[in-house]
Amino acid sequence: MNNRQVGGTAKLTASYIFLIALCVLSLFPALWIVMSSLKTGNSLFSDTLIPRSFTLTHYEELFAKTQYAVWAKNTIKIAVMSTLLGTFLLLLSSYAISRYRFSGRKTSLTVLLVLQIFPGFMAMIAIYVLLNTMGLLNSHWALVLVYSSGAIITHIFVAKGFFDTIPKSLEDAAKIDGASHMRVFFAIMIPLSTPMLTYASLMIFYGSFVDFIFADLILRTEEQRTLAVGLYRMVNQRNSTEFTLFASGAVLVALPITALFFFLQRFLVDGLTAGANKG
Amino acid sequence: MRKRTTAALLSALLMGLGQLYNRQTIKGLLFLLFGAAGLYGAAYKYPAFIKGLVTLGERPSGMVKVGKLTKMVAGDHSIYMMIDGLIATFGLAMFIGLYAINIRDAYSNGLLRESGQRPPGIAGSLAGLGRRHFAYLVLAVPFVTITFLTILPLVFSILLAFTNYADPILPPANLVDWVGFDNFRKMLELKVWSSTFGGVVTWTLIWAVVATFTTYVGGIVVAVVIHQPRIRFKKLWRTILIVPFAIPNMISLLVMRNLFNNQFGPVNGYLRALGLDGLPWLTDPFWAKVTVILVNMWLGIPITMILVLGVLTTIPGDLYEAAEVDGAGALQKFRLITMPMVLFSTAPVLIMQFAGNINNFNVIFLLTNGDPVNPDYQYAGHTDLLVTWLYKLALNQSQYSFASVIGIVIFLLVASFSIWSYRQTRAYREEDMIA
Repeated sequence: MNNRQVGGTAKLTASYIFLIALCVLSLFPALWIVMSSLKTGNSLFSDTLIPRSFTLTHYEELFAKTQYAVWAKNTIKIAVMSTLLGTFLLLLSSYAISRYRFSGRKTSLTVLLVLQIFPGFMAMIAIYVLLNTMGLLNSHWALVLVYSSGAIITHIFVAKGFFDTIPKSLEDAAKIDGASHMRVFFAIMIPLSTPMLTYASLMIFYGSFVDFIFADLILRTEEQRTLAVGLYRMVNQRNSTEFTLFASGAVLVALPITALFFFLQRFLVDGLTAGANKG
Repeated sequence: MRKRTTAALLSALLMGLGQLYNRQTIKGLLFLLFGAAGLYGAAYKYPAFIKGLVTLGERPSGMVKVGKLTKMVAGDHSIYMMIDGLIATFGLAMFIGLYAINIRDAYSNGLLRESGQRPPGIAGSLAGLGRRHFAYLVLAVPFVTITFLTILPLVFSILLAFTNYADPILPPANLVDWVGFDNFRKMLELKVWSSTFGGVVTWTLIWAVVATFTTYVGGIVVAVVIHQPRIRFKKLWRTILIVPFAIPNMISLLVMRNLFNNQFGPVNGYLRALGLDGLPWLTDPFWAKVTVILVNMWLGIPITMILVLGVLTTIPGDLYEAAEVDGAGALQKFRLITMPMVLFSTAPVLIMQFAGNINNFNVIFLLTNGDPVNPDYQYAGHTDLLVTWLYKLALNQSQYSFASVIGIVIFLLVASFSIWSYRQTRAYREEDMIA
């Protein structure tokens, strides 16, 4: 073995050690929280990572002591409705802005760009007062409305960029064959935009699933709360005394979202890259 | 007079008249009804609203003598008056817009009649709307929701920066007033505010630079290590290392907060087991800053890693082979081939992440909540960013006007950075953002 090969092997070994260390670091918090949710007792402190005895009582308590099931139902309702409405609005507006040249188009794009730059919840107080005057406080529909309209602003440039890449000749051909705008949109554009649609709807779903700030402000009673709000309050109020209860709640919230991310990974990466191209 | 002029003038006089003149009866009547309602509102209701917006209320609530009794009478509520005034103004603007469309419509149908054609009936008009003005039709709903749920609240918040709406001046007990640039002046000149402001802005910028830089470099290093030709199980490494990205960051941050707990958290537990003293991860001003940076790396490196891995696979292998033939070492190959390629494709992401980090609310809020508290600061802690300070000012301290000032500062910061970086990238990427 000459020097170069020794160097190569050392480098390779170092690389593997580095990667294994990173994997441990990446997985540790997840492993720790799962283990914490399964251990007996309710304290944060634990002298071993793997508990001495396993128990499922914290999961049972979660449903017995808190309104976890109600929160889960609320969350799913809000997230699904926001995703449907938000994706629909996003689709329509990005398509129109990408495909049609109308007066006011450039102004709209500039306004949207400016809106993106303001911190999202700067306007929260105003929305709160507004919803209060409309009698929509503590209503799930208020959240759905706000999330969907916010979704347009956050994702319109990604969506528009996607439509920009679909050749115009496709629609022209369909129009020559006598298809209406609506038909072109539903029969050609929607099927072609599935990757972007998947990305956008996943992001909207995720956003409304984990929002704990705006939802906390709008939803005033415990029965109306979402999982994110419930969980956040749990950790803030009961903190280290009932840590294991929080742990089990966190695991149950994280599981479906994490699974969804893994399933749809491909679309996510494409969307991230596309989002970056708008500059 | 020519028909188009007559129709347009009639429609200008009263919405719908021109359409009636053009023998579009149903459309004309609908327009007439809408126009009459709008004009009534504009003439009779609007002045009161605009007066409310300008004065923000004149009558404070207080005790009023009614006969022999003294009663508490509610006065004007400045904030509701402001919102109502804004809604009315937005409504009026929309009405004026529709009025203009009505005149244009009467004019173009008059033109149609002059050329000897019949203007379409109501069914024809609706069909024409779908055919020729499809974009407007489709954009109407998003336009209205964005206007009322985003633009209007934002305008309201910006206006708040020019009022004295801050504890202890809170409606309905007190009236709020316009104060011009007073709050901005206080923020810069009044010692209590200016020292906090300076400190928080400095930390926000340091945080944004360090947080962006560490995740970016970290992501590139990890991607390059995985991408080495001799490393096996590439897909496995990639899948495991992407886990932090897949877990909702709200959850992982709350978990991290407990992991780094000084007394009971496992991180200090392991350090003690190794015979070291535990560190005050979240309670010491310096270590809290280190902790948020470290945790942010955990969250952010996977994203850069996936993006860079994507770029690395597109770099043609013969580029490296040619470099080897020319006698380039590993370091040279990295510096002269890998790095330029990666930078070129990920520069926009870098810019976006920097802008995002200025506003990185979750990491700070969930991990440290801005703490440890800084006694010299006005309602802020050592790790507070502008955006978390804004949140505390508005939601915990009811200092709404100051919160709005901070919001405007954040906007100016991010906007000027975006414009600058946009100019920079445009130099080598001749692609119009708003194409």
